[in-house]
Amino acid sequence: MNYEITRNAIDIQEVIDKVISRNAGAVTTFIGTVREMTYGKKTLYLYYEAYETMAVKKLEGIGREIKERWPESITAITHRVGKLEITDTAVVIAISTPHRNDAYEANRYAIERIKEIVPIWKKEIWEDGEEWIGNQKETVAYPKGKPEEKEIYD
Amino acid sequence: MIKVLFFAHLKDSIGADSITLQMSGESISSLKKAISEQYKVDSLHTVMAAVNEEFADESTILADGDIVALIPPVSGG
Repeated sequence: MNYEITRNAIDIQEVIDKVISRNAGAVTTFIGTVREMTYGKKTLYLYYEAYETMAVKKLEGIGREIKERWPESITAITHRVGKLEITDTAVVIAISTPHRNDAYEANRYAIERIKEIVPIWKKEIWEDGEEWIGNQKETVAYPKGKPEEKEIYD
Repeated sequence: MIKVLFFAHLKDSIGADSITLQMSGESISSLKKAISEQYKVDSLHTVMAAVNEEFADESTILADGDIVALIPPVSGG
């Protein structure tokens, strides 16, 4: 299972181990962590929610997109949900490739795609309130009701 | 019967994580309109929809037994 949603603390090494290969010359990891200050506002903790079955499917889809672009890559992604404290790890992406440049590029691609198409939401909890993050300013609209083709496949 | 799932702020506004509706042969767009009127939520134009766990566009026609998820802009990572 290279693509997982978990309620528990993520074991980073366990995610890395899934992509270790004799053919790999590089492994990149992206570790998304819970930040305390966002534009001057102090977060107490975060709460992540996922549409879990679909989120796993979408992570697998991102894995397929990466495989098409970097055929020799191996990808593993684990995203945590539930209550996360400041400095906790929310997501780990590990990608191995024969050469380092591809491993960096593919990893960047993976996190950007997660932020576009994987049904996971975070709520920031502050001292004086809380808010689901995503589109409070309505800067993103989906007139067709789903991401544009380029958002899905680009 | 169609099951509709809600997440994040939509779940809070609607006050439930899912509802079932007696409808079929209608589009996602009319489903959204119905929910928007019934539950007085007006931000559904920024919400994506998935049918049986795949993103679907507004004109998708729903069939009996479909599971529709209304998906606000995501914020994972």
